[in-house]
Amino acid sequence: MNPEHIEKIVQRHRGEQGALFAILEDIQNHCHYLPEDALRKVSQLTGESLVDIFGVATFYKAFSLKPRGNHHVSVCLGTACHVRSAPGLVDEFTQQLGITPGETTGDGEFTLETVNCLGACALGPIVLVDGRYFSNVKRPDVKKIISRAGAGFRESTAERAGSSFPLEVVCPHCRSALLDTQNLIEDHPAISLMASSKGTSGWVRLSSLFGSRCHESEHAFADDTQLSYSCPTCGRILTTATPCIECGFPVGSLAFSGGGSLHICSLWGCRSHRISLNGLGSPGVAHEEIVTRV
Amino acid sequence: MVTITINGLEVSVEEGMTILEAARFFGFPIPTLCHHEGLSPYGACRLCVVEIGEEPRTKVVSSCTYPAENGLKVRTASERVLRARRMIIELLLASCPQSKIIQDLASAHGVSHQRFRQEYEDCIMCGLCVRMCSEQMVAKAIGFRGRGTNRSIGTPFDVQSDVCRLCGACMYICPACQLRCTFNEPEKAVCNACANFQPPCIEQDRFHDMMCYMDPCVACELAKTP
Repeated sequence: MNPEHIEKIVQRHRGEQGALFAILEDIQNHCHYLPEDALRKVSQLTGESLVDIFGVATFYKAFSLKPRGNHHVSVCLGTACHVRSAPGLVDEFTQQLGITPGETTGDGEFTLETVNCLGACALGPIVLVDGRYFSNVKRPDVKKIISRAGAGFRESTAERAGSSFPLEVVCPHCRSALLDTQNLIEDHPAISLMASSKGTSGWVRLSSLFGSRCHESEHAFADDTQLSYSCPTCGRILTTATPCIECGFPVGSLAFSGGGSLHICSLWGCRSHRISLNGLGSPGVAHEEIVTRV
Repeated sequence: MVTITINGLEVSVEEGMTILEAARFFGFPIPTLCHHEGLSPYGACRLCVVEIGEEPRTKVVSSCTYPAENGLKVRTASERVLRARRMIIELLLASCPQSKIIQDLASAHGVSHQRFRQEYEDCIMCGLCVRMCSEQMVAKAIGFRGRGTNRSIGTPFDVQSDVCRLCGACMYICPACQLRCTFNEPEKAVCNACANFQPPCIEQDRFHDMMCYMDPCVACELAKTP
C-alpha cells in the first residue's frame, strides 16, 4: 500500500472522533489486512502512539495483521451450528482448501476462519463467504461454495437478482438521457459519461444493468485515480460533495427520469463500488443499495 | 469537602479523593498491588476492594478507582472484603507464584495454599509497567496487545520500540518479575529483612532451596503454633 493512499485516508478522517478505527478499517478494506508499515505511517500521521494503534488493531477480531486472501470464509461454530455438525464443515473446508482455520491458501485466494456466532442460529450451520451467508450448509455444499466464491459473487448478483432492467438515467442538469444506444454493454445501452483526471479526459461507459461491474473507458485510468464526471451533452460536472459510503471520495450523481438519483463513486477501482438510490423519500436515506464495481 | 464514614469513623475528605486515598490518609490500611502513587488508578488487581453502602445492600468496589461521595459508608475490612481479598490472592498465587510481592501479600493475609491449577505466568496484567512507561517516562513503548486469554504486554510487532529508551522503569515497577528473596545469595536479594537476624528455619533440611517469602520471616514458624 503506497504512503500517499494512507495519507489520503488519514486526511479524510481528520478531526473525527474515533478516527483511528475508521482509518484502520479503510486500510483493511484496501489491502485485506493491516501491514506493519501502514500502521507505522498512521502513527506518524495521526500522532497516536504506535502502541495504542497496535493495541486497537490486535484487540478487534475484525482486523488482521496477517495477509488475508481475496475470499474470506467464516464457518460458524456457535452452539447451534456446532450441534448441527459445523465442525465437519470446517474439516471439509480444511481438506478442500488445504489450510487450517486462521490460515490463507498459498495463492492468496482463500482465508479460512471460524467464528463463534453469526447470529442466525435457526439457519445453522452457517457459512459466511465474502459477506454472503449460506444457510443449512452440508458437507457436499462446501465444494460448490468454494467454486462460486472463487468465480466471484458479483457477476452472480445481477443474474440471480433478475435485476436485468437497465437504469434509465438522465443528466440532473440538462435532463438529457445518458444512455448510449449506439454502444451496448451486456446487450443493453451503456451509461455514457465524460471522465477527466489531471488533464486526461475521455468517455467512460458503464453497464446500465443493476449490479453489474462491466465498463469500458477511452483511457486506462490507474486504480485510485480520482475522476471528475461530467455530462457528455451539457458538459456540466456531475460530481457532488456527497462522500462514497465505501471509500469517502465524492460521488457523481445521476438522476432517474422518474425521480431519485444514482450515486457512483469517483474513485477509479474503488473496491465494492456502491450505487445508492437516494432521494426518493426523505433526503439522505438510501432506499436500496447495490454493491457493484465500476 | 465531602463527609464519608470509614469503618464507623466519620471523616471529611477533599472532593475528588478516592476511597483508597481517604482510607490511607486516616490510617486504615488497604492492600494494593496495581496501585502506585505516581500513576493513574487502574483497578486491575482488585486487591483494594472495600464494601460500600449499608446492609443489606452493600457492594464490593475497588477503592482505588471509587471517588469519595457524600454520605458514603465504607468498610475496609469486613468479612466479605477479607474473603474476596483472600480469593484474589489465591488466584494471583495460582498464576504467578514466583512473585515476592504476591507471596508477601499471601502471608500477610493468611493465605497458606491455593486450590487452583498452578501456572507460572510471567505477567499478571496489572498494567503498572504500561502506565509507568506512558505516564512517568512519557515514552509509550509498551502496551496491551490482543484480548481475553491472548492478552499480553509488549512492544508493537514484538520488535524493539523506537521510542524505548531502555530506562528499565517497567522492570523496576513490575511486581511479577522482581527477584524473590534469596537469602543465601545476598547480591541477588531483594528483601534483606531475613538476613538481619537468625531465622528459625535455618536448621531445617533443604533450607538452601527454600524461598523465604514470609513477612515477617518467622511466619512459617508462627503458623505451626496452635
